[in-house]
Amino acid sequence: MAVMAEPVAAHVKRSSLWTRAFESRNFLGAMFMVPAIAILILFLAYPLALGFWLGMTDAKIGGAGRYIGFQNFVSLSKDSVFWLSVFNTIFYTVAASAVKFAIGLYLALLLNERLPFKSIVRAIVLLPFVVPTVLSAIAFWWIYDSQFSIISWVLLKAGLITHYIDFLGDPWNARWSVVAANIWRGVPFVAITLLAGLQTISPSLYEAANLDGATNLQRFRHITLPMLSPIIAVVMTFSVLMTFTDFQLIYTITRGGPINATHLMATLSFQRAITGGNLGEGAAISNAMIPFLVAAILLSFFGLQRSRWQQGGRD
Amino acid sequence: MSTADDQSVGMDYLESFPRKFLRVYLPLGLIIFLLLFPFYWMAIATFKPDAEMYDYERYNPFWIVHPTLEHIKKLFFDTDYPLWMWNTVIVSVSSTFISLFASVCAAYAIERLRYKGSRYIGLAIFLGYLVPPSILFIPLAAIVFQLGLFDGNLALILTYPTFLIPFCTWLLMGYFRTIPYELEECALIDGATRIQILTKITLPLSLPGVISAGIFAFTLSWNEFIYALTFISSSENKTIPVGAITELVNGDVYHWGALMAAALTGSVPVVILYSFFVEYYVSAMTGAVKE
Repeated sequence: MAVMAEPVAAHVKRSSLWTRAFESRNFLGAMFMVPAIAILILFLAYPLALGFWLGMTDAKIGGAGRYIGFQNFVSLSKDSVFWLSVFNTIFYTVAASAVKFAIGLYLALLLNERLPFKSIVRAIVLLPFVVPTVLSAIAFWWIYDSQFSIISWVLLKAGLITHYIDFLGDPWNARWSVVAANIWRGVPFVAITLLAGLQTISPSLYEAANLDGATNLQRFRHITLPMLSPIIAVVMTFSVLMTFTDFQLIYTITRGGPINATHLMATLSFQRAITGGNLGEGAAISNAMIPFLVAAILLSFFGLQRSRWQQGGRD
Repeated sequence: MSTADDQSVGMDYLESFPRKFLRVYLPLGLIIFLLLFPFYWMAIATFKPDAEMYDYERYNPFWIVHPTLEHIKKLFFDTDYPLWMWNTVIVSVSSTFISLFASVCAAYAIERLRYKGSRYIGLAIFLGYLVPPSILFIPLAAIVFQLGLFDGNLALILTYPTFLIPFCTWLLMGYFRTIPYELEECALIDGATRIQILTKITLPLSLPGVISAGIFAFTLSWNEFIYALTFISSSENKTIPVGAITELVNGDVYHWGALMAAALTGSVPVVILYSFFVEYYVSAMTGAVKE
């Protein structure tokens, strides 16, 4: 390519080095990349590397740390709070993602029906995803209040419970409460992206299946699911990534309490590093999240590969 | 059969209304109710006087008897809320424009200039999209502190692009790919420079993509929490999400009314913007996943 560009620039007019440089796609390409690359190296790649380093030091806020090897990880492996946060993170991710997928797919199928005011309905459905998480989490905080919870009030009036539920005071209640809040926020994302996938499935496939006498369930099983599987893989990888690294909901609703029952790895690393001042230890907890993230990304990568191959695309 | 609606698709007309109601409208209505209830609850708490808010015996919690603006007044005049709002606007707008500029250039270079190694750079940028803020905030805090940016808007304006640029670049690459090469070749023959091609042909043609990326980036920066929580310490420099959480709770005293007012008024600007650009927002969200 560059070979083609050179002679043109040289023959058309004898121009200065500067103008010729601007005709070269490699030079021009590099110039165009400068703003993005500069920001990404300084504030993304460098901190990522610095994070690995910090995880192996005893750095405190306001003081450079010493290299201490894997000592942070050794002490974490004996730290029951850390293991509790690992358990919580996995529980939170698995429970929330599974329900988000089930409800999200169901909602996408419902929205794919012929509906009046379809675009307005779709716009409304997406609202929980658009509104700042922290601000909607404040509403959940109030909904889960131990004395003024509206859920408790309704259930009490309906005669289903005898006293107010302590949503955020009991470990398992608290875990399910934050999972519910996360599901509420994540379902719209899953539903709308899957809906976009559903809309690309050609109706003629369903018509053909109808003629062959397929039932609703068979059409779903043998047309919808296979056609949707590439996008499901990507959407769920994103969803798992976002849930696994969640911070805002927990920090707003429970701050990791009661007795660390809802601490995720992200909130624990914040607590140790910023609130507690032990940057090194916090960075080590963040680093411990990376293997899980890499696993999720690889899953997505191979999911994408498969979809490209199925569609006969290049790259 | 003869009464079938002409507009119907496939075999929809075989379904009676009561059946469709049970199968579609009822579950859909229930889900939408659950999705919207927290907003209703937020709005109602904002305008409810304290006497009603904490008394479910005498007042029905679902309704307001004497609406009040007391909480909003408290929020606007007794706290730094107007400053938080201002900071959020400044930070979101600046980081969105910085990211758009950097992303347009990068996406054009990767997709159209196709310099050596552009495919790998494109892939690297996509991988950057997958690095979550919750593993970057600790080292970034150290860097922000070293650069002397701590506790200022600039700390956020410069760090938000780290998650905006990968997203916008990836989205714009998809849009640029749809523009036919022939248009650029014509312009090249007519003697246009690459920069003229970008500003006069590629950008106008991919305007929907640029708007999509901009809207999405703006809402992402408006929602951002962990960096703002970590890099900002004084009240007057905070953004709305951080200010609401840290300044409206005094020890064990929760100012629920003011908190809800902050949640509501902090969400309204994004929701208004979103309602004008729903299609763009959705195409940004689904586009980033589909590519």
